[in-house]
Amino acid sequence: MKALAAGVAVAVLLALPAVLSGYALTIFILIFFYAYLAQAWNILGGYAGQLSAGHAAFVGIGGYTSALLFERGVTPWIGMFVGAALAAALGAVIGYLGFRFGLRGFYFVLLTVAFAEVCRILASNIEAVGGAIGLYITFTGDPRQFQFRDQRAYYYIALAFMLLATGVVALLERRRLGIYLTAIREDETACEALGVDTFKYKMLAMVVSSFLTGLAGTFYAFQNFSLQPGAVFGIPFSVEIIIRAIIGGAGTLPGPILGSFILTPLAELSRQYFGQSGLHGAHLVVYGALLVAVVLFLPQGAYPFLRRLLRRRAA
Amino acid sequence: MAVGLTLIFGVMRVVNFAHGDMMVWGMYLAFLLATRAGVDPYLSFVVCAAALFGLGVVVQRGLVDRIVDAPHEMQILLMLGVALVLENLALLAFGPEPARVRSPLVRLTWELGPLYVDVARLVTFAVAILLTLALWLFLFRTELGRLIRASADNHYGALVIGVDVRRIYATAFGVGAACVGAAGALVSPILPFQPVTGLSLSVTSFNIVIIGGMGSLVGAFIGGLLVSVAESLGAVFLTPSLKELFSFSLLILILLFRPAGLFGKRVP
Amino acid sequence: MTPLLAVSGLSKRFGGVQAVKDLSFTVGEGEIVALIGPNGAGKTTAFALLSGFLAADAGEVRFRGRDLRGLPPHEVNALGMARTFQIMRPFPRLSVVRNVMIATLGRHSRPPEAERRARAVLDELGLGAKAEAPAGSLTLAERKRLELARALGTEPVLLLLDEVMSGLTEAETGRIVELVRAVNRRGVAVLLIEHVMRAVMSLAQRIVVLNYGERIAEGRPEAVANDPRVIEAYLGDEEVTSAPA
Repeated sequence: MKALAAGVAVAVLLALPAVLSGYALTIFILIFFYAYLAQAWNILGGYAGQLSAGHAAFVGIGGYTSALLFERGVTPWIGMFVGAALAAALGAVIGYLGFRFGLRGFYFVLLTVAFAEVCRILASNIEAVGGAIGLYITFTGDPRQFQFRDQRAYYYIALAFMLLATGVVALLERRRLGIYLTAIREDETACEALGVDTFKYKMLAMVVSSFLTGLAGTFYAFQNFSLQPGAVFGIPFSVEIIIRAIIGGAGTLPGPILGSFILTPLAELSRQYFGQSGLHGAHLVVYGALLVAVVLFLPQGAYPFLRRLLRRRAA
Repeated sequence: MAVGLTLIFGVMRVVNFAHGDMMVWGMYLAFLLATRAGVDPYLSFVVCAAALFGLGVVVQRGLVDRIVDAPHEMQILLMLGVALVLENLALLAFGPEPARVRSPLVRLTWELGPLYVDVARLVTFAVAILLTLALWLFLFRTELGRLIRASADNHYGALVIGVDVRRIYATAFGVGAACVGAAGALVSPILPFQPVTGLSLSVTSFNIVIIGGMGSLVGAFIGGLLVSVAESLGAVFLTPSLKELFSFSLLILILLFRPAGLFGKRVP
Repeated sequence: MTPLLAVSGLSKRFGGVQAVKDLSFTVGEGEIVALIGPNGAGKTTAFALLSGFLAADAGEVRFRGRDLRGLPPHEVNALGMARTFQIMRPFPRLSVVRNVMIATLGRHSRPPEAERRARAVLDELGLGAKAEAPAGSLTLAERKRLELARALGTEPVLLLLDEVMSGLTEAETGRIVELVRAVNRRGVAVLLIEHVMRAVMSLAQRIVVLNYGERIAEGRPEAVANDPRVIEAYLGDEEVTSAPA
């Protein structure tokens, strides 16, 4: 039943570009892109319960790496994985420090923010990586260089990304790792008593999550053809990722996707509307208010709520 | 001289992401009062404190209070939301350009032997010390203050002996916010500010609070001194952007090596 | 033959309080030993030291011939020592069967097999009907049994039980006593902290008595119960009423 619904949904998404206009296509690309990021965050923040507010750093590292390698003649198809590996390495460092020194809850959040900010400041100040202006990528339109003239190519790649992350999470849910993570979120001490190496599994979650997030950096760079330190490393970008997972339902498989489908079109419309009237930051006010509202009224997110509703109607 | 102001915000004990943003609102209030009504920030800080007290009580009563029993991460997310709202409302209201409040005091200097002392900074410092002292008296010498400390120590214990914990928390949050508001107003003539200043102010105050130990008054005091000395030293040798880097690196180091602070209780 | 668990000279100090002082005792293969003493005597601290949650200031713990010094809790558990917590720590939002799976996955890494084992343990403890309920919805007695089920799920050779009977009705206590006995019959050694003296007397083959962190008596239940030092330690303590004459 579930598999059928998922299959139909994927088929519809595969067929959509045939009927979508350019602008709608762009919105869908963003929906998939953010759903992918939120899903990658979900592994660490949702399942393992380790709130990271610095995931933008992994996108930044991934994007900068492949963009710089591209300047030196390495195709982004390879650079993407180098960037993701570097992002995973940074994730491992943050994880090692945070978990070894026993930083939990609020302290762990601060640690991730601090690392992301350090990355942002470094990127803004090192001229070799473009400094405050950032990096610009020359457009060649060559698919071998991860560049496409047709937006539909980006659409399918973003969709593939989203399905990949969701597949990874679905796999995790069935494996020992995923089951352990949900328990680590609840009570680490009890896990230790039951023979679970919490450090090891938190590290695994961190590395997988940061690797996947790092992959997205290349997509970002070669879809926008530019990278600004403030935009890719900044806290607002991390918030974009977190808020989708939380609103959709952190720690659930469909949550991040649902969150992105709800929030991305809203965010784009409000950005356009408010941006035209010169009201910068208005959409962040909305995000903040939404975050507060979700915490107060739907602490588990939209998906568990929807599921309960559907069950009640079926019953 | 930055010591004076940092002393104040170390005192607030609630884990509050919106800390710096509340301070920025204190600054903008002082700015409004100075430009629209011509009130000097060294007088208007009282108004700012009162306004922020109100904001603090509203946030506590209307939001934090509803989820006291929810998992810790929910509180973090909630405060993150509040911080986003406050920072970006400031951005909407006042625009991204840096602002600064003028006060006649700023141009005055006193000659004290071989030293020239900036009157504005001296006043800020003096008021800051007075406020800290007043807060200390409030917390340790009044009945309400004792109840606040008791509730912070032991939520259920306080409930058992019949304390209205909700009211106490609201008061504590309010007082904390009021301190931040006053601090914001007091530094507004010295420190140029803009909506995004909130984050770096938050980081500085986290540095202080964590190094001093969460919820410890003495710790906040000493932490304030240490961090401002470290940051001033950093400022002498480093460019502004590297100074920012420095304070984040400091935060990382403090987090790793002093999770419970110099004077705080060990985290379980 | 070396005993299953050999504790010698174990000490732990918290600030000014000597919680455990020069404690030595052994638990043999398949034996049931009780650790008793007035409140604050250091029993739970001793458990934390044995299971790797606290590092001892001095002393040695040997389990199955291995020195446990410096081992983190999960490795101690992997060696075959499982503990329960006095203040129960279920994963409240996970289902009961998931709770036990966290334990069984350690030795059976494939989830279907781990789930099968978890259900078997739950059936044995009479929690089978509650398998799908979230652990947070269980009653006190059920949570005590879940705590026991999770410890058993790790397939230990030594079970440390920290007050799994306190706060239960007499009938529920009797049930746990039977369960512990059944587990023991399969060759699992048990070290238990317990205040319910009737249960201790009927289960334990040997009793170690702690007071102010020190061992003040050790021996067979009847001998310990009549030891004047033990009676003195309990005098004025509430437990005196439940101690057998």
